[in-house]
This record gives sequence, structure tokens and C-alpha cells, in this order.
Amino acid sequence: MTQISIPDFALVVLIGATGSGKSSFARKHFRETEIVSSDQCRALVSDDETDLAATADAFDLLTYTAGLRLKRRMLTVIDATSVKREDRAKLVALARKYHALPVALVLDIDPKLCHERNATRPNRDFGEHVPRNHSRALRRGLRSLQKEGFRQVQVMKSPDQVDALQITREPLWTDKRTDHGPFDIIGDIHGCFDELTELLTRLGYAIDPFDPAAEDLITAAHPQGRRVIFVGDITDRGPQNVNALRLVMGMVAQGSAQCVIGNHDFKLNKWLKGKSVTLNHGLDLTAAELEKTSDAFRKTVQDFTWDLRSHLWLADGTLVVAHAGLKADMHGRGSGTVRNFAMFGETTGEVDEFGLPVRLEWARDYRGAADVVYGHTPMAEAEWLNNTFCIDTGCVFGGKLTALRWPERETVAVTPARQYAEPAKPLDHGQNLSAQQDHDRLLYFDDYATKMRIETRFKSTIQIPEENSLAALEVMSRFAVDPRWLIYLPPTMAACPTAPDGPFLEHPAQAIAHYADRGVTDLVAEEKHMGSRALLVVARDAGTAQTRFGVEDGKTGVIYTRTGRPFFKDETQEAQIIDRVSTAMAKADLWSGLQTDWVLLDAELMPWSAKAQVLLQKQYRPTVAAAQASAAAVLEAINRAPHLAELEPLKTLSQQQAVNAQAMGRTIDGYCWDAPSIDDYHIAPFHILATEGQVHTDKSHTWHMETIENLAQADPILKPTGWRRFDSGNPDDIAAITNWWLTHTAAGGEGLVIKPTVFLVRGERGLIQPAMKVRGRDYLRIIYGPDYDMPANIERLRKRGLGRKFSLAEREFKLGFEGLHRFVERLPLSKVHACALAVLALESEPSDPRL
Amino acid sequence: MQIELTLTAQAGADYSARDLGYLLHKHPDHVHVRDVAAGQLTIFYPEISDDSTTAVVHLNVDPVALVRGKNDHSDGLLSQYVNDRPYVASTFLSVSLTRALGQSMSGKSKERQDLADRELPYRARILPIALAGELDLARLLFEPLGYQVEIHAVDDSARVVDLVISGTTRLSALLNHLYVLIPVLDNAKHYFIDKEEIDKLLAKGEGWLATHPARDLITRRALKHRRALMNMALARLDESLATDDLDEDEPRPEPEEHLETPIRLHDLRLDAVEQVLKSHHTASVLDLGCGEGKLMRRLIKDGTFTRIVGVDPSVRTLEKANRRLYLNQASDAMAQRVTLQMGSLTYGDRRWKGFDAATLVEVIEHIEPHRLSALALSVFGDAKPGLVVMTTPNREYNALFDGMEDGQLRHPDHRFEWTRAKFQGWADAVAAQYDYTVTYAPLGPVDDTHGGPSQMATFTRGAA
Repeated sequence: MTQISIPDFALVVLIGATGSGKSSFARKHFRETEIVSSDQCRALVSDDETDLAATADAFDLLTYTAGLRLKRRMLTVIDATSVKREDRAKLVALARKYHALPVALVLDIDPKLCHERNATRPNRDFGEHVPRNHSRALRRGLRSLQKEGFRQVQVMKSPDQVDALQITREPLWTDKRTDHGPFDIIGDIHGCFDELTELLTRLGYAIDPFDPAAEDLITAAHPQGRRVIFVGDITDRGPQNVNALRLVMGMVAQGSAQCVIGNHDFKLNKWLKGKSVTLNHGLDLTAAELEKTSDAFRKTVQDFTWDLRSHLWLADGTLVVAHAGLKADMHGRGSGTVRNFAMFGETTGEVDEFGLPVRLEWARDYRGAADVVYGHTPMAEAEWLNNTFCIDTGCVFGGKLTALRWPERETVAVTPARQYAEPAKPLDHGQNLSAQQDHDRLLYFDDYATKMRIETRFKSTIQIPEENSLAALEVMSRFAVDPRWLIYLPPTMAACPTAPDGPFLEHPAQAIAHYADRGVTDLVAEEKHMGSRALLVVARDAGTAQTRFGVEDGKTGVIYTRTGRPFFKDETQEAQIIDRVSTAMAKADLWSGLQTDWVLLDAELMPWSAKAQVLLQKQYRPTVAAAQASAAAVLEAINRAPHLAELEPLKTLSQQQAVNAQAMGRTIDGYCWDAPSIDDYHIAPFHILATEGQVHTDKSHTWHMETIENLAQADPILKPTGWRRFDSGNPDDIAAITNWWLTHTAAGGEGLVIKPTVFLVRGERGLIQPAMKVRGRDYLRIIYGPDYDMPANIERLRKRGLGRKFSLAEREFKLGFEGLHRFVERLPLSKVHACALAVLALESEPSDPRL
Repeated sequence: MQIELTLTAQAGADYSARDLGYLLHKHPDHVHVRDVAAGQLTIFYPEISDDSTTAVVHLNVDPVALVRGKNDHSDGLLSQYVNDRPYVASTFLSVSLTRALGQSMSGKSKERQDLADRELPYRARILPIALAGELDLARLLFEPLGYQVEIHAVDDSARVVDLVISGTTRLSALLNHLYVLIPVLDNAKHYFIDKEEIDKLLAKGEGWLATHPARDLITRRALKHRRALMNMALARLDESLATDDLDEDEPRPEPEEHLETPIRLHDLRLDAVEQVLKSHHTASVLDLGCGEGKLMRRLIKDGTFTRIVGVDPSVRTLEKANRRLYLNQASDAMAQRVTLQMGSLTYGDRRWKGFDAATLVEVIEHIEPHRLSALALSVFGDAKPGLVVMTTPNREYNALFDGMEDGQLRHPDHRFEWTRAKFQGWADAVAAQYDYTVTYAPLGPVDDTHGGPSQMATFTRGAA
């Protein structure tokens, strides 16, 4: 019995003549779905698996299918004869494209036996020469398989050997997904041994006593079992290269550290092997030190640097450590390209004015979910950019030696005693903006112009069809505020279930029952203001706004509508209101109380006429005027014909229409007033959505209301919202709420919003509607027309498609708050923007705008 | 809404005003109620005497059916409940007239054919009408037909009006005038129109429409502004009119082109841009904000442009461009050479890298000023084409356009229009920031004081 082990991610190429038993061998060792067979592909494209004329197309299908599997990091087995070198070359190229290791399993079976087997099978009546030619071709190529690029070759020379082979699978060397840390990832050392020991001590590692002049390995461990990952470049340029090697090798041997290969480690290995290398870039110093050490030590270093991995793929694939970084499609894969990228980064061959290779900024385009921590390029500050973190802060050049605690994402750094080497170019100093903010000045259209899938933290992934994404992108680019300000778009709010009978279309009873049915009885009712929805992003001052939001417009805040458009055309008016709110936040001690420099308020801004002027002039007012004129005209004519008793029904109808039109006009008038100065505006915030480090969905609505009451006392343009908490199990409470709703709406109020007191309630099936509006009888005339509640009309209107609206409200709620959480967690703007776009995209779905 | 129809008879006349009942085929002593498509029509006579008889034709529209449709399977005609449609005189009323008074409209009367054939003093009051235009519009439409017109607004906005016309005419003529002209005043049609609509219009307009001075306006509005239909109708009204202009996809001129037409500015602009592209020997061109593809259409004809990519943020505009450039039926070679993609200038786009040139013809003024820094970063800082050609209106020149109010912009979607100094100030800063060299040229006839109507900036990467 022969046992071999292959990587669990590989392209396995079976090589053997027709009839050599490849297919049954494949079925024995691999899952059916892992096998891509040329016969099957031939059948798929031509209906005949022996149709040789279809071979070229079948091979295209085979490579396409195998390519897709490899792209998804699935082990793939090619069941084709693959006896010709040119066929194998294409497969090796395919494996390299996806950074999979090519493995050759050769079935070198006597062609006579192959022919006998073929004879017993249908559709295989080839001549004897066919397996013979195959076999001849196979044997010609046998020796050079390694050279062709196969990393592993296993030859079976008889059916017995074929039967005896056992295959096990092993993770790739780089695959450490089961290792979850916690880790302390340390940047390029370059022989800065003293700084390394100081950093390890600061990180809490105990370094075992050692003799600085000896050459035995130095060990160190963390009492809580944390482990170090070195990003490579242990030596060169610095003062104590041998000691640095002793410590790194010692910790790795002891299991308290891992290390990936850096370009300097690679070159050191070449030198140790006696290959010709130029002794420059500090290798001269390392070489001089090593020449004084024993052969045994040098051999240890040689073996150690030879065994270093290209990268480490850790913690279920959520963390990647590589010396020069690694693109998402290379994580956990193996190829020369991956190794080169991991050591040198992506270069174009160009050099810059300092003679250094021009690096393509792969991190700018990185959109992967895994954190990538790397070194190699000395930076003034270690910073996150699109989930990548460059930890090389140029210690040897007088910068600092930095460690990243992961998963905590905290950095610890020590500064060197002095500058040990002169950098070829000055370390990159950032500007006012962080690297991430600098990058986020531009979002990329092609990141969004596709079907979007957004994973939310509310246990659901929301899909946005491409056409909706495109529609949202158009609106966003034509009308929206700067995306750096647009950290949140609010969800639509569901209307309450329809009242089954009576004069009302909506009534608190149905909203209360909706929640009671879902076990929620602790509710709040809040006055619903009739104005326009406004989101206010307000910072303490313009400087804070620039630091936190990365904006460059000098503003302290913005006010935008529910679709992300600037609320005010006049920027000075906006600035004045922002300034007032910012001052109010200070007066109310909320900046300090909430430990923040900025706040996002969800508010209603009144009067309605401030924003809806066009709508009022073109739609609402003419409707009222026409309805009034129409009713008046017919009533006047009817009065002139008192003799016609048959006109009584028309008279009654017209009288009611006159009353309705008047009620609608009166209701509209209540929402309109001239607002020449900002003191004429009323701003009624109803959610304090987020502040630094916090999304306030963990607080009850009573907290929101009370905090806002406190804020509103600081400035008269801020209005508190009437609210009551109630228990829907208590009939007195329900009566009180119903009464409040009746009086409030009879006086012209829009209605009430009923919400669970707790912000976020999870029901048996997803989230429970976070809020539900119950609108007043007269207000609804603005929605359904003046005569909506006439008996003949209201019965037809009771049928409303609420299910869709509920689902939309739930999805938009999740997306909105997912985006806000991402912003608060300082994720890249591209991830925040995706959520805002998705809300806008959902809004382009057809749904009844009246709900 | 309703129409009040009054027939008067002077003392000694050889007919009685009561005969209106015969002419309308509706007995004056009864209330006539009838269900019509839009709702319920009621006809009654509040005033009956030998001197003067008035019939009221009142239509009560079902507002819910308008939005929801008549049953669960059909959608309504309107998307908004809050709408003046149920309350104003419109095509609903016109259509109802043909249902209830069809005989009268065709000039027939069983009992009083002699009166139906005679011109008699009538008065018609239509209330309310949602007037699409100035109050004078009613005079323009009815006075040439011999009516006296009284009109006044019933609301502040002067959109809802009370109209009275009076004149001596045949009843059928009056009804047909109302049938055609009420929807023209209202300027909306509730039903889908097709070529049959022309037949209806011409039938009801027989004998008066062809010679009406506002013929074009009436035809245009009656046919819902569909140019092809309108031209066909006009052609039939007037044999001398050309009928070849039937291409529905004919691009509609942009609003600014109306203003600019006398100087054919848009062609000049495209000529100039094309010249710059050629003189710089550019082969690959990115037309940012390509619209319906006017510039692309020129570049396609010139073989030296080997790659032409048009970008626009609007799917609908791109679909039009696709049709107008015949890309939907393009050969492989053409399809490889010319492509359209959706994109936006306030975002970066990785597909924009490596072009010889980018053009932004009349584009920047459609972008909010606070987003222009994103545009500059995207085009000059990220895509970095070798050449950028940009044109934008010169605001100073607006003073020379007829009929432009002070501060008015040439297009409703323009977010700004810049003076030469403002444009050059911005462009100089962009060029300096992103290492480009920029030169300027006026487009169109240059006025000594105000410069050219449009202005062009040519940015070259690096070259000092």
C-alpha cells in the first residue's frame, strides 16, 4: 500500500492512456463533483463523448469549468488522457492562474491491457494503436513532469499499484485557518534587536535570559499564550542582525511565534547557499556578522529562511499576514506568483526618482473581507486602508517598531535609540487626512454597478438587483450630498394595518394589536410631525468635521433629505442651523455627556412648505381649489332647481365634497407658514442615531425622547416631540392613547407613531417593525385625496398592500443601521456608501407611496 | 366639474329657449343620470323659460377608480390620489359629452332639425378648468371662432379658472369646439393616444380647425405633444406640409439649444472638440457625459479613432444613444471599437484608465459645485488621460440671448454657469493640482464684451 498526501487545494491532473482506468481511479478517490472529465465535456458539447471533432470545444469547456472551480478555491481533478505535453501545459497554466498547486497522478499501464479493457466497453472500439500511441507519448514526457511545473508527481506502473494507492489531503502550508490567535504582529525588524526586545516586553512577553554574544537561540513567551507573527525582513541595515535571528528563530522553534518570508530573508538565504548576490542594502552588515558565527549557526539560519512561508492565512480566513501584502484572490493559495507578490508586492518594473521600484497600490483596490497585515514599505504611521494594515514604520530608519494586537486592532510601538540607516526616500508623511480618508476621497463606480449583496449584522444578507443599483447610482451622482457626509439613509416607515371598518382608514388599535400579536406590549407613542424628513450631521466644529469625516468643504455639518439630497439650496442657511444645533449640543452638555465630537440626528423639519413649495403649488393647492369650485358650482345650480327632488343625492354628495375640500385645505394650511429666517423653522429630532463609537439603537426610545427634550431646551428652533410610554395590556393606557390620537389629529396633527419602547426587537421571523405610523383622518386627505373617506371610496381603499411595505421597511432599516455601524467602526467609506446606495436602490422598487 | 349650456331667445324670436331640451334630446323636466367610464354624468335644467333655458352637464369622477382601476386586475390611469383630475374639465368631460350628447354633436335633432341647423345665441360656462397657460390662452382659442370670452381665476395660483364663452352658432359647432378645446386648455389627456386620435381630432375639427390661427398649438396639445402624430395631422390639414419627418427617435433639442439655435452652437462645439482630438492625434477617446452620442457619432466616422467609449449616468439616455449609434446592430468590429457604459463623474472608475483623451462637452455645469472636486480627482487624478477637452457655457454671453431673464440659466438642470474668469480660475487650479497644462478658447461668434457663447479648456497631461 502506498500512501501519498496532496494539498486540499490543488489541480490534480490524471495522466494515462485511454483504458488505463483513470475514471474509476478518479471516482474512487475524489467526489464526483470534483472531477472534470473530457469525455463528459465532449458529450455536453456534441451529444457524443467519442466525437473527436468536438475535442477543441470540449477542452474549452473543461478548462472553463475547472477555472471556475479553482477560482472558488475548490480542489479539481482533470480526467483526460493528458498524455501530450502541450495539453498539460495548458492545465499547468490554468493552475498557476488561480494559484493552485498542479499535481500529476500518472497511470502508466501496459497499452495491451488498456486495449483489452476498451474492448469490453461500448463506444471504445478504438484500434490497438490508440492506447499504444498514448502510452508512448506518456512515457516520453514522464521525466520532465516536474520541469513542466507539476509540484508533485506520483507514477503508478501497474493496476496493482493503482489499486494500492491511498490519497490523503492536507491543508496548504499557509493555511492556518484553525489558528485564531490572539496574535501580536510585528513589523520589519532589520536587525533592531534592542527595540524588538523592548517591544516584546511592552507586549507582555517574558524573554528568557540570554548571552548577547553567544549564538544559541533566544526564547520568549507570553504568559497568556499570545503569539507573535513576524512579517519578515529580520536582518540587514540594523546593528544586531544575528541576535535578531536568534530571537526570531528561537520563538518560532518554541512555538511562541510564526514568521513569513521577507525579501531580505530570501536574499539572505541565497547568500547562505553560496549563490551570487550583491552585498548591498544592508546585507553586507548581516553577512559580516554571520561570517563570525559557526557553520552550524549559519546552517540553522539557512534552513530557517528556506522554510519560511509566503504568507499565513489565519482565523477562518479573516486574517492574512504577508511581508508585502497580498491580494484577495491569492489568500490561502500557493504559486510562484503568490510568493513573489508576498515578498515584493506588485511592481511594474518602473523605478521612481529615488531608484526604488514603483509599487502598484494594491491596497487601494483591496475589497476583501480579510484583514491583511503587512510590512515592507516604510510608512510614517501605521494605518488601516480598506482592511489592510501596513505595519512597517521604518524602525531602522529612525521611525519606530510597531506591533498590531489582533483581533483587538490596537497598535503598540517603540522608537529606536537612533537612526541606523538612511532611507532612500523620506518616509511618507500623511496630510491632514488619514490614509483611509485620503483614499475615500474617491469612491469607485465599478464597485457598485452590479448586483449588490450586503451582509448585515442583523442576521440577514440583503440583495439589490443590478438595475436598482444603477438607478440609485444615477440619483446619487446627480443629486446627493458628498458621500463622506452621507453616512446613513433612513428607512421607510410602515403604515399600520388598515382599520377593518368604521370611518377611519388608520387607527391606533391596529398598530397596538400588531405589536401585541408579536408579544410586544411595552410601547411608546410619539407625535408625528408634518414637515420634511431631515438628517442632520453635526460636528462640534469644522476641524472636528474634517478629522472625523475626512471632508474638505470646511463645513461643520450638513442637513440632507431622506434621499440624500441637500435639504437647503442655500448653504448659508444650512450652516446657520448647523451652528445653532452644534451650540445647543454644547449648552445641553451633550458633547461631553455622549463623549463625542459629532452627532447624527434624525428629525422632521417644518414647515412643510419650506421643502414642498413646488408640490404645494402644482398639486395640492390646485386640487383643493378645483374640488371646492367644482362642488360650489354644482350646488349653486342645484339650488336654482328646487323643483327637482331627484337631485337630492347629488346635493348631499356635493355638500360633503365641499366640506372635504375645505378640511383638506385647512389641514394643508396648518403645515405651511412663511419662513424667511431660520428662527421660523422648527426642527423636531426624534432619534439620536449615532455619536462617536456608538449607534444608539441599544437605547430605548424613552432615552432618545428624554435626551432630545434636554437638547431642545437649549434652542427654540429645536422642538421636543410629544410622547407617552404605555402598556398595551392596560385598557386605560389604550383609551388615553386613542384619545390623544383623536384630539391631536382633530387639531390638524398628522398622527402618532407607535413603537416598541426598545429600539430593536427580534421576533420569531426577523425584526419586528421598529415603528408604525397611525395617521389622522384629515391628514389622509393629503394622501388619498379629499373624498377618500366617503363610504363608497373608503371600503375600496381598505385593501392595501402592506406586506411589501413591511418587508421594505425592515430591509431598509437593517441596511441603514448596518451602514451606520460601519461608519462608527471606521470601516472604509466604500462599505458605508454601499449601504446608503442600497437603501436608495430599494426605494426605487415599486411600492405604494401612500403607505 | 360641469358645463352649463344656455340658449336664449329674444322677445319676438321664432323659437323658444325651451327648445334646448329638443336639441339636447334631454327632457327639461327630468334629471338625467348616466354612468360613464369616468364616473357619473348628471344632466338637469336649473332654469327653463321661453327666454332662457340652461342645461347643466355635471360629471362626478370616481377618484378611487382613477388610481386603482376599475377592478383588481387593472391599474388606474393616475398614480396620485391628490390630483385635480376628478374636479376639473378635461378629456373625461369631453369623452362624456360624446357619450351623452352624441346626436347633438353631430348636428341632429329629431324634433327641431331646423334649429339644430341654425345659428342661435348660446352661452357655455365651463367650471372649473385647470388652465395650462395664461388667461389669454382661452381668448386665443375661442375668439377666432367668433365667441366672446369671459374668464377669471378662482384661486390664488390662477391655475383654476371659470370660463364663459358666448356667441351665435350652431349647437353642434359649439359642442365640437368644446370637445376639442377643453383638453387643449387643460393640456393633459387621460388616455393613450395613437393614430386614431388624428381621425377623431379632424372629424371634430371639421370646418374650423384647418383655418384656426392657433391650429399648431391645438394640434400639438390635442396629440399630447407627440411630434410624429402632430406632423401627420398638420399634413392632413394642410397638404403643403412635409410628411417625411416621422422619426420618433429624432433627438429632442435640449432647452439650451433653442436659445442657441441661431448660431448652431452645438455643431460648432462638436467641430471644435473633434478638431482638438485630431490635432493631438488621439486614438482612444472617453466621452464622459456622452448623452445621446452626438460627439461619438462624429468620431465613429473617423477611422483614426480606434476606441470610443461613451459614458453617461442615465440608463435611459444610454439606451437612446445605443439606438442612435446603431450599436444594437453593430458588427463585432464596431462593437469592439465603440462601447457605451454607465458611469458617473462623481465616482472614480477603473475602466477609464489608459485613454488618450477624455471629453466633457457641456457636462460640468450639470454637476453640483460641491461635487466638482470629486470630478477633478476622478478624471485628472485617477483616470489621467493624456488630453482632456472640456466645454461649458459662458455665462457672460447670456446677456445676448433673447428672452432670457436675469440670472436664468440655459437649462433647468444646469447647476451653475460660469463666466470666463470663473471657469479659468477653476481649471487653472485643477491643472496645477494634477500636473496638467491648460489652454482656453471661445466657442461660437465672439462678442467683444461678453466673449463667445461657450468656452473650451484643453488640458494636456504633464507638458509644461
